[in-house]
Amino acid sequence: MGERVTMTINGMSHEDEVEPRTLLVHHLRETVGLTGTHVGCDTSQCGACTVLLDGDAVKSCTVLAVQADGAAITTIEGMARGDELHPLQQAFWDEHGLQCGYCTPGFIMTAAKLLSDNPNPTDDEIKIGLEGNLCRCTGYVNILKAVRTASRRMLSGSTAASASARSSE
Amino acid sequence: MIPASFEYRRASDLDDATRLLRELGPEAKVLAGGHSLIPLMRLRLAQPTALVDLGRVPGLDGVRVDGDRLRVGALTRHAQLAASPVVRGALPLLAAMAAEVGDLQVRARGTIGGVIAHADPAGDYPTLALMLDAEIVTTRTTHAAADFFQHIFTTPLEADEVIREIAFPVAPGPHRYVKFRRRRCDWAIVGVAAQRLDGGWRLGLTNCGPTPLRARAAEAALAQGESAAGAGARAADGLTPPSDLRASADYRCHLARVLTQRALEEATA
Ligand SMILES: Cc1cc2nc3c(=O)[nH]c(=O)nc-3n(C[C@H](O)[C@H](O)[C@H](O)COP(=O)(O)OP(=O)(O)OC[C@H]3O[C@@H](n4cnc5c(N)ncnc54)[C@H](O)[C@@H]3O)c2cc1C
Ligand code: FES
Ligand code: FES
Repeated sequence: MGERVTMTINGMSHEDEVEPRTLLVHHLRETVGLTGTHVGCDTSQCGACTVLLDGDAVKSCTVLAVQADGAAITTIEGMARGDELHPLQQAFWDEHGLQCGYCTPGFIMTAAKLLSDNPNPTDDEIKIGLEGNLCRCTGYVNILKAVRTASRRMLSGSTAASASARSSE
Repeated sequence: MIPASFEYRRASDLDDATRLLRELGPEAKVLAGGHSLIPLMRLRLAQPTALVDLGRVPGLDGVRVDGDRLRVGALTRHAQLAASPVVRGALPLLAAMAAEVGDLQVRARGTIGGVIAHADPAGDYPTLALMLDAEIVTTRTTHAAADFFQHIFTTPLEADEVIREIAFPVAPGPHRYVKFRRRRCDWAIVGVAAQRLDGGWRLGLTNCGPTPLRARAAEAALAQGESAAGAGARAADGLTPPSDLRASADYRCHLARVLTQRALEEATA
């Protein structure tokens, strides 16, 4: 009963056989071995499982792997360039946008979509954009700060240098 | 949580979808955005034997104005509706509702056809379809919205019947949807929609009964020259909403009255 699916995941093509009932999140974690995408609730509420599917932020616990056949997927593992963190990752680090970190990959993927649509969002736009992601630790204030910082750095193009300088302080 | 096993088939067009649904039998279901069906399947509240995926059917998404109608393809996603200049021009209330369905991720996947077919009393578009006398065009026939939402999760759709499009009247006039919930991404505890159409007001209520409802007494009060407050006072006439964890029946009636006044005031502000 297997179905063949081909996906481009973080730029690499993967062809696998999946059961139709396999959720995209389980395909990514268990078949492909990318465990950075988390399962937080299993009820489509928390957003910990968010990945980019053809550029859209989606809850990968609510997509069947067979539905993503032919799609381009980006997970948290696809964000850094070598040793250089993505500006969002760096900003979450610098602004203490995480505590336990369980929700963080999902927040970063949703924020990536938000900033690609709206590179300079207001605080309200950030809050509305991230409403599908839940965090049990931080109280959200530093997450908001992190997205604001990433937005500022990405707009000024200053990310790499200033961010890596700060992280080695 | 993982759904029970099922057979998966991808429809190439609507004839193919009909053929597959007949072949796979009455326990087969259509899959659109999956954002109601997959959660139910994970909890095993739904265990279809087969899914017929509409996701690749060409021409089933998109919107167009056709005379005095706005025709919305069943597979059009919430995010598309919210951003569409055509929808914003022809029926801005639909774009406003779409922008407040669930959250960013839900809006990227869920479809209008899925909300209409699912007929959840807390769904937002069924309220709009009912109050504006929209038509639900399927592979078999055309249903008037007034006959379509029969009960909670219950519609006249046959097992092999697929929604093609929803035809709304073009209505660019004053409008407002007030969706009351604890968090912005939640379903409506109660929602009230107001739309000016053909010289009168249409008022729709979300999650105040087993189906969407029209606030007929309030509509009539407005037709007789009542103020927004006067109409609001009539919005719960005859209403017997459910009590649940989120709101008692009395509280829902209160919300229907207050939100009707607010929707009317904000629509005309
Ligand atoms: C976290 C969360 C929050 C949400 N909040 C809201 C909200 O505030 N308001 C709201 O309205 N909805 C909300 N939803 C539901 C969401 O809008 C769903 O997308 C929608 O209810 C179903 O659409 P779908 O395309 O995902 O359909 P699916 O889940 O694929 O299908 C749902 C049902 O409709 C049938 N179906 C689908 N398309 C067709 C068709 N073309 N013809 C015939 N039958 C069809 C399927 O067989 C199935 O029975 C929320 C969902 C989630 C997960
Ligand atoms: S695990 Fe997907 S939304 Fe929580
Ligand atoms: S940092 Fe722990 S859940 Fe967000």
